[in-house]
Order: sequence, then C-alpha cells, then structure tokens
Amino acid sequence: MQDIRISQFNVFKGSDDYIASPELQNIVNVAITLGKPLLIRGEPGTGKTKLAHSIAGALGKRLISWNIKSTTKAKDGCYIYDTVQRLNDARFGDKDISDIKQYIKLGPLGDAFKNAGDVVLLIDEVDKADIEFPNDLLNELDEMRFTVAETGEVVSATRRPIVVITSNAEKELPDAFLRRCIFFYIEFPGEKMMADIVHVHYPDLEDRMLKACMSRFYELREVRALRKKPSTSELIDWIGVILKSGVDVATIEKKYPFIGVLVKKEQDYAYLKGTGTIRDD
Amino acid sequence: MFEDYFYLLRDAGVPVSITEWMTLQEALDKGLDGQSLLDFYYLARSVLVKDVKYYDQFDEAFAFYFKDKELPEKVRKQILDWLNDPRARRDYAMRFPEFFEDDVDLQRLRELFEERMREQKERHDGGNRWVGTGGDSPFGNAGFNPAGIRVGGSGGGRMALQVAMDRKFQNYRHDLVLDTRQIKVALKKLRQLKRLGDEEELDMDETIDRTCKNGGDIDIVLRPPRKNTVKVALFMDAGGSMEPFANLVNTLFSAAHASNHFKDFKYYYFHNCVYEYLYTDIELERRVPTGQVLRELDKDYRAILVGDAAMAPYELTSGYGGIYYYHQAETPGIEWLKRFERHFRKSVWLNPLDRRYWNGWTTVEIAHLFKMFPLTLQGLDEAVKALV
Repeated sequence: MQDIRISQFNVFKGSDDYIASPELQNIVNVAITLGKPLLIRGEPGTGKTKLAHSIAGALGKRLISWNIKSTTKAKDGCYIYDTVQRLNDARFGDKDISDIKQYIKLGPLGDAFKNAGDVVLLIDEVDKADIEFPNDLLNELDEMRFTVAETGEVVSATRRPIVVITSNAEKELPDAFLRRCIFFYIEFPGEKMMADIVHVHYPDLEDRMLKACMSRFYELREVRALRKKPSTSELIDWIGVILKSGVDVATIEKKYPFIGVLVKKEQDYAYLKGTGTIRDD
Repeated sequence: MFEDYFYLLRDAGVPVSITEWMTLQEALDKGLDGQSLLDFYYLARSVLVKDVKYYDQFDEAFAFYFKDKELPEKVRKQILDWLNDPRARRDYAMRFPEFFEDDVDLQRLRELFEERMREQKERHDGGNRWVGTGGDSPFGNAGFNPAGIRVGGSGGGRMALQVAMDRKFQNYRHDLVLDTRQIKVALKKLRQLKRLGDEEELDMDETIDRTCKNGGDIDIVLRPPRKNTVKVALFMDAGGSMEPFANLVNTLFSAAHASNHFKDFKYYYFHNCVYEYLYTDIELERRVPTGQVLRELDKDYRAILVGDAAMAPYELTSGYGGIYYYHQAETPGIEWLKRFERHFRKSVWLNPLDRRYWNGWTTVEIAHLFKMFPLTLQGLDEAVKALV
C-alpha cells in the first residue's frame, strides 16, 4: 500500500509573495491530500484568487484559470464544439470538415483533467454563474471524466488535479456541491498579519510610515456607515501611490491623501467629508 | 469515532451530512488532524461547515464538547423539553451522563436550570452562559472564565478552545441582523423570470443548431429576453418608536433600492400606523393620499410593510386615532391595514423587534392580518419565500 500521508512534494507553505495563515496552509494541504476541491470565501480583496496563484507557484504547477461569468455553462468548462468555425470552413471547402475533432476545443476543466498532475485549476467566482451551475459541475468533478458527445472521446484524469474555487457569497451554493468541498473562510487580516502582507509588497517600507498608513486604514474600516470598506488590496495600492508620490509621514498622520484609492463610492466620500474625517485642503 | 459530536453539531443547528462526517474520518485516518486540538478545530470546521453563518454554532458546539462552557442555544431549548419527557431524558442521559446523576431531583434540576438562565439574561445582554461562575452547578462544569485562559497553553488544546470560545463569527449567524449586501442577496431570491415582450434577443444556440441542420443555410432564431416580473412596494414606519431601528430600516431600503432587478420598486413612509396619507420622504413632509397609492399600485405589487407594530390600542382601532394632529382622520388605522391586506395579493410585515416583544396587543392584531417576520436575514428569507 502506498503511503497515504501527505507526500513531501505537495506541501503548501505559502509563497514569497503571498502570506497564508498557518491554518489556511493546513487546510490547503488537507484539500490536496483528500483530493477535494477547496472552496474559498472571504471579503473582497482578501486574496482569494491570489491563493490559487500562490499554490501553483509554490508547488511548481501550471495555473489554469476559469473565470466564471453570469453566462458561463458547466459544459463550456469541459469542451467547446466550434460549430461556427466548422460552418465557416464548410462554405469555403478548403478544409476537411468531416473531422469533427479539430473543432473540439478543451475548456479549462478538460485541460485540467488531461494534465491533472501538473496543474492547479482555479474556478474563480463560482457564484457569478447561474444558480444551477455548481450542480452541473458535480458529476465531472466527482468522476474526473467526461465524454465529448460529438466524437465519443473520453477525457479523464488519472489523478485528481488541485482545484481551488472562490466565491463571493453572492448566491447561495447548492448543498450537494458544498458537501463535496473543503471550505475555508479567509478572515480580514489582523494588524500583525496585515503588516506582514504589506511587507511582502514593500520590503523597504519604513516602520513609521507603515504604522501611519495602517492606523489610518483601520480607522477608515471602523467607520460603520461606509458602504464599501477598503480592502487589503486597496491598502496595498494606497501605500504604493503614497510611496510614488513621496508624501511624507507627517501628512499621512494628519489626513488622507489620495483618498480615492481607498474609498470608491460617492456616498462614502460624501459621508466622510460631511463628518469631517477628510478635508479638501 | 465520537459520533455524539456529530449529533451535537446537528442539534446545535449545523447542517452536517454523513458525507462530510465520512470525509472527516478519512482525514483523521490520513493523519491530517495535525499536532494539536487547534489543527483539529480548523480541520473539522473546514470539512464539516460550509457556510460562515454556521461558524458560530460550530464554535459553540466545539467549545461545549471539548470543554463544557456554554450550551448551544438550540440544545439548551431541547434540554428543557427533554426534562419534561422521561423517555427522551433517558436517551439524552446516556449521551451526556454527567448531567443526569441518578439522585438529582429532576424538578429541582429544571428549576435550577431555568433560574440560572434567567439570572444570566438579566446580567448580560442576551447572554446565554448557562454555566455560572460557581463550582456547584449540577449542569456539569463550572468555574470557567474565558478571561482566565492563557493564550499558548499546553499542546494547543487551550488555543483551540479559545478560538472556538471567542465566537468571532457570531455576526455571521443567520438569525442576526444584517448589512446591505446580505439583504441584497436575500432580496435577489425575490424574482420571477419570464420571457416577455417582443422576440428581440438572438438565440445563438438554437440559430447554430438550426443552421447546421439546415445544411449551412443560416436560419436565425429570435426569442424574447428574460425579465424579472416582480414589482415591490416598501412601506416603512418612520415613527418615534422606530428611532432605534432607523439604521436597520435604512439598510433595508438602500438594499432594495439598489436591487435593480425588480421590474418596479416603490416606497412610502408612514407614521406609526397607516392612515389617510402616506409620505414619499422620511421627514414626512410630502404626502400622498393612501387611497391614491392603492389605486396606482396594482394588486401584483409585493407589499412589504416594515414597522414595530407597537402603538396604543386606540391608535389602531379608533377613528381619529392618529397621535398627531395632521393625522386626524375618520378611518381607523386597522381599517387601512385591512385594505392593504385585501388589495395586495401578497404582503408581509417585517418587524425589527425581537420576537419575544411581539405579544403587545396591537402587534398581535397586526400579525393576524399580515404574515409577520423578524427583520433578520432568516426572517427576510422567510418573508421572501412568502412573497414569491
């Protein structure tokens, strides 16, 4: 019997450009070992999508991104039968259109099945699609195979690819789908972790500057009336702008320069101005 | 392995399935539970719980199972029932023998339990620490104080309990009140999609199919677009007793307003109860006759009334019952509410007050007319179901 404990090769410990909390690292490894899709939820900007990039980078695998849109169908993930191309070719007659195979294009799921050992499949924002979408995926994810109806070809995976699914909780996901996943909720990072994250992006940032930016940032997040709270990625952007523009620490301790990077809603801006949190000068 | 934990979770309201339980067993077999109880806590949570809204219940149950500190709310209710039912009691006694020593007088146990809970409720705001600070409780452990835990602890066991007992996810609970985004998600379920109107949308799949079948001669297929046919009318109480809930009602309003998937959205304010006039602004300055509003809104509008339904009886039932002089009106409030109920095919009442304050006379009367739901995520979910 083979050793079923975590193999030395598939151990995720975060990567240089991504700080993962120990419990998140652990759960990633659990999902990999159990061969179950990992469902990630969390506030916008907490690095759900980046996690998949980081896993792929850390384990030396290729990332296949499948960005879900409201019109995405489960079948598109397996393969697309390009009838329009075939129709087009038929009109000019310079190709052999009887060979249907050349009009079958594997989708992200098909691609991941074919190269299961070497890829990380990211199904991004699964909740954007129709409510039935996750259920349609179930069979394929369970059996790791599907049949191309037009040619009868079977695409199957010998090993389970690493699958990361992100969701913004816009729609509730079906229970049958949830039962098969390992679930992790990325919490909004606390100050210490946030400092680590900022450090990854700006290793040379001065301590005082970091403290000033972070305290301003958390102060803003504390404002309960905000419709959209600034997120981690916005803090990173904000610090980036501040560094580029050369605003000094004293200014940041007093006010919010480049507030537009942190606050994106007109109502929020108006509110902050009305309450005197930000001023025009 | 510790199946009673599985049942405890289910009793606590976490929808754990057998599949997930088996996955956890598999993970344990593979040695994935790591070195400490903390690792186990995260493993169990990730495998068994798939929605943040259940994290709090999970935390409660975890803390209770691995260190009896607080009994999950749902279980607590059940214990009271069990205490009344000898058969169930024996069943439960086998599961948690420590609570049910033979020589305990059950009547006394029950009294103690209820008394303890009453005390706690008065001391903490809505607290549910059924275990006191003393060491003499017949309900098992005692003397446990969260402030007394040191972080770090030995073997990580205390860390896990600490994490669980922090109950950081209390705010994600389904039955608590909510923010704009959560409301939007709840309101999204209020929809009825129909293909309506002229055939103007290109049905790509069907066109390609028919064209292929046609041997390449292009055959265009059109269909009408899908539209949500639901129209919503929101009536909000802006009266004085609603002051504490102004924020909550505002949140509901902005969520409904921003939900651009309704075919139509109308909103009005009223003061305390519905009388001759409704208002189109929250300051109650621009008024429209209620009768006119009812004429304009057809019966297909889903009517959502929001209010605490708490007022003096005469404000509801007497003519000229309005408390403000500009409300001097012949028709009593209850009559207007009845007209509302008759006019709209589907209507609900959302009450921001907790259910336990719904025993006021006017609230009961109004709840006879409208299906009343608490203004929580769960309540909203149920209300939406009643409206569809």
